[in-house]
Amino acid sequence: MNLKDSFIAIIVLAICILWALADGPAAQQGIGSALRLMTPLLLACLAGLYSERAGVFDIGLEGKMLMAAFTSASVAFLTGSAWLGLAAGIAGALVLSLIHGLASITFKGNQLISGVAINFLASGLTVLVGQNAFGLGGRTPSLTGAGRFNPITLPFADAVRDMPVLGPIYSGLVSGHTILVYVAFALVPLTWWVLFRTRFGLRLRAVGENPASVDTAGVSVTRLRYAAVAICGVLTGIAGAYLATALSAGFVKEMTAGRGFIALAALIFAKWRPWQALFATFLFGLLEAIANLYPNLDLGFVTVPSMFMNALPYILTVVILAGFVGRAVPPRAGGEPYVKER
Amino acid sequence: MAAGRDNLGGRSDAAAPAAIELRGISKAFGPVQANRNIDLCVPKGTIHGIIGENGAGKSTLMSILYGFYKPDAGEILVDGRPITIADSQTAIRAGIGMVFQHFKLVQNFTVLENIILGAEEGAMLRPSLSKARGVLKQLAAEYQLNVDPDATIESLSVGHQQRVEILKALYRQAEILILDEPTGVLTPAEADHLFRILEGLRDEGKTIILITHKLREIIEITDNVSVMRRGEMVASVRTRDTSPEELAELMVGRKVLLNVDKQPARPRAPVLEVRDLRMVDDEGVERLRGVSFDIRAGEILGLAGVSGNGQTQLLEILGGYPKKGARVGGEVRMNGRPLPLSGSKCNAGQRRRDGIGHIPEDRQVEGLIMDFAAWENVAFGWQDAPEFNKGWLMDNTAIRADAAEKMERFDVRPRDPNLAARNFSGGNQQKIVVAREIERNPDLLLIGQPTRGVDIGAIEFIHKRIVELRDAGKAILLVSVELDEILSLSDRVAVMFDGCIMGERLPDQTTTGELGLLMAGVTDADAPATAGIPPEDQHPEERA
Repeated sequence: MNLKDSFIAIIVLAICILWALADGPAAQQGIGSALRLMTPLLLACLAGLYSERAGVFDIGLEGKMLMAAFTSASVAFLTGSAWLGLAAGIAGALVLSLIHGLASITFKGNQLISGVAINFLASGLTVLVGQNAFGLGGRTPSLTGAGRFNPITLPFADAVRDMPVLGPIYSGLVSGHTILVYVAFALVPLTWWVLFRTRFGLRLRAVGENPASVDTAGVSVTRLRYAAVAICGVLTGIAGAYLATALSAGFVKEMTAGRGFIALAALIFAKWRPWQALFATFLFGLLEAIANLYPNLDLGFVTVPSMFMNALPYILTVVILAGFVGRAVPPRAGGEPYVKER
Repeated sequence: MAAGRDNLGGRSDAAAPAAIELRGISKAFGPVQANRNIDLCVPKGTIHGIIGENGAGKSTLMSILYGFYKPDAGEILVDGRPITIADSQTAIRAGIGMVFQHFKLVQNFTVLENIILGAEEGAMLRPSLSKARGVLKQLAAEYQLNVDPDATIESLSVGHQQRVEILKALYRQAEILILDEPTGVLTPAEADHLFRILEGLRDEGKTIILITHKLREIIEITDNVSVMRRGEMVASVRTRDTSPEELAELMVGRKVLLNVDKQPARPRAPVLEVRDLRMVDDEGVERLRGVSFDIRAGEILGLAGVSGNGQTQLLEILGGYPKKGARVGGEVRMNGRPLPLSGSKCNAGQRRRDGIGHIPEDRQVEGLIMDFAAWENVAFGWQDAPEFNKGWLMDNTAIRADAAEKMERFDVRPRDPNLAARNFSGGNQQKIVVAREIERNPDLLLIGQPTRGVDIGAIEFIHKRIVELRDAGKAILLVSVELDEILSLSDRVAVMFDGCIMGERLPDQTTTGELGLLMAGVTDADAPATAGIPPEDQHPEERA
């Protein structure tokens, strides 16, 4: 990886190190919080990566996450099992994914419109069904005990707690998250490996760049794109389940709060590459964590109001989407339904 | 001719079965019969040319062989065994490899990645890549197919990209290689190298099918040649038993001469003067290389040539809409005033106001909006005309009345201005376009393929109107691939080949054979075969 490719990583790590040097305990707390907050972004970002690398643009990440959050919270509450909730979350997002696939692959429709429709569908359906089922104004009842994913302590976390440097990093940062956080992070190298080291990855990338090359090689474009869209559904499903059953304790109306769009911005920022996606979403997580930790950031000469701090991730999103961060070349066949030419 | 065909046909029953044999292949797209009852026999270890104009059905036929389309009828035999080619995978397994005109490569992949795509050894890439690297080295040595295996496609020249396509097919152990217009994007040196490669492949026992509309290539490299015209296979001959003239005639077809009743032209002052017109398209291909000609008031200049030799680009530039990214040079004057060839002043609307009417080559794409009603189509291009507007609103009543009148005068059937253009037959669609352009009384009328896909009755009608416009003292540029149309309508004939005007003839002092040679790019100067032509006709430029 050359310097230009790793500049997001350098920025993010520099922020972390400076913060740790300035105020160790606060940094430990803040970065830990950032890791939790970036998890749904990272999952959604990787979900979008699979879909868009295969040439299917997906602005419905938001809606799928929202749907997954609702189905997972409902099932987790009804069964008392976070794992069944996760399965329901994946199922919920997968259904919306297949609708997107049907519209944009089989019927060769407009992928943006299909994505917008999915966002509206999820936003309306979750509240409608939620109100009907639980009568809590669109919320689901609070989850407790096994209905939620709880933090797990990694082995040796207690043993190394008092060691310098390693102690705070391993025990304070790495240990003590829910299983889904580790899943999300493990997905980064896995995605890289799948994309660049396997036959499936080669074909997936090819179908997003030039589907005709795949078609003439005798491989089904449709099947590949459906596979990519399904993977996207599974990952957004995990992201939504994480929001409702790990980060919070239940579903709240519009609880994704634009995270699907932030994930899209991070995807562009990362130029559709998995490691860069990790650091791009980390940057967003950090901004969110800082805003939570310092509602009114006092820089000495001026106090930054909390509204501005809370708006930071969104401001960064706009800046990225407006194309200020270098030139990001999307997959060449992205957004185009594949039609055999005569 | 007949002897040659029998010779070829007889081989399929001989001991060595043909590499490919097609029997009675037909394919229609809606009402268009792209292939009609095609028979083809390609002996093993030969280079077989398939020649025909654009739209003759060559590419459709090859797409059927490669499993892109299912034929409506007919049988395909590979090595004497009948097979059904349902998809590209079947074709690849049967040993058929295809090099498309537009390469099917992934631009940001390396050569190796492109080669293994779809032909990987297992779920992991690494073993496939290292195997391909070895095979590639071997192929490179064997056939002069050198390419850097780790270069990305976008960093390669077009010629090298084509080699990657050939390597892709060879890597899949293709025994039969189909190349669709392979030299269209190549420089002459690259084309020569390609031919050496193809000869090498043939000498190794591979069978090669070369689709092209360039006669020179056929003569230079093929063993046998089949000619297609309007979806039919009109002849299959040994290349050494034929000549460019014969092939050219077979390609463009020789029909009963259409009788056009016309008086000798009385040309007056020049209306259009084109000087050294050059055009390079967005892919860097030179489409026009210094075209010069005049058209006078009251004459029809016919522009003959196999399609794809720059006629389309010429019409687009004169019509005011050169393709995006094209660079145009040279000078065009209309009634003495220079016409802008680029920039915002160069647009179809301005050209119309300058007195240029245009019947475009493809009426369904450029001439009409197929889903709009006939009355709307009749007004297109003149929607700003004062008689069609009331203040800032369109006067639809006036437009309808005008359309109904024009449809009456041009005998468009059915005479229903509210019917969508799509629902008229080809001939009547063309009459709608012709009515719109001719009725505006342009000083210069550009006409591209006026009778393509038009029935005989409409052809006569359209020809008569064109002659009437000429007799009214207008200048007409007629571009057509139908030699008979050119010969019967034009007052002068110019032949275009490879972006140049090869020569000019008078229609009553030339033959289809002579024009066919010019259309094949054989110039007057370098052709001993044209010895029969009177010397004064060999240098028409000097005469003009």
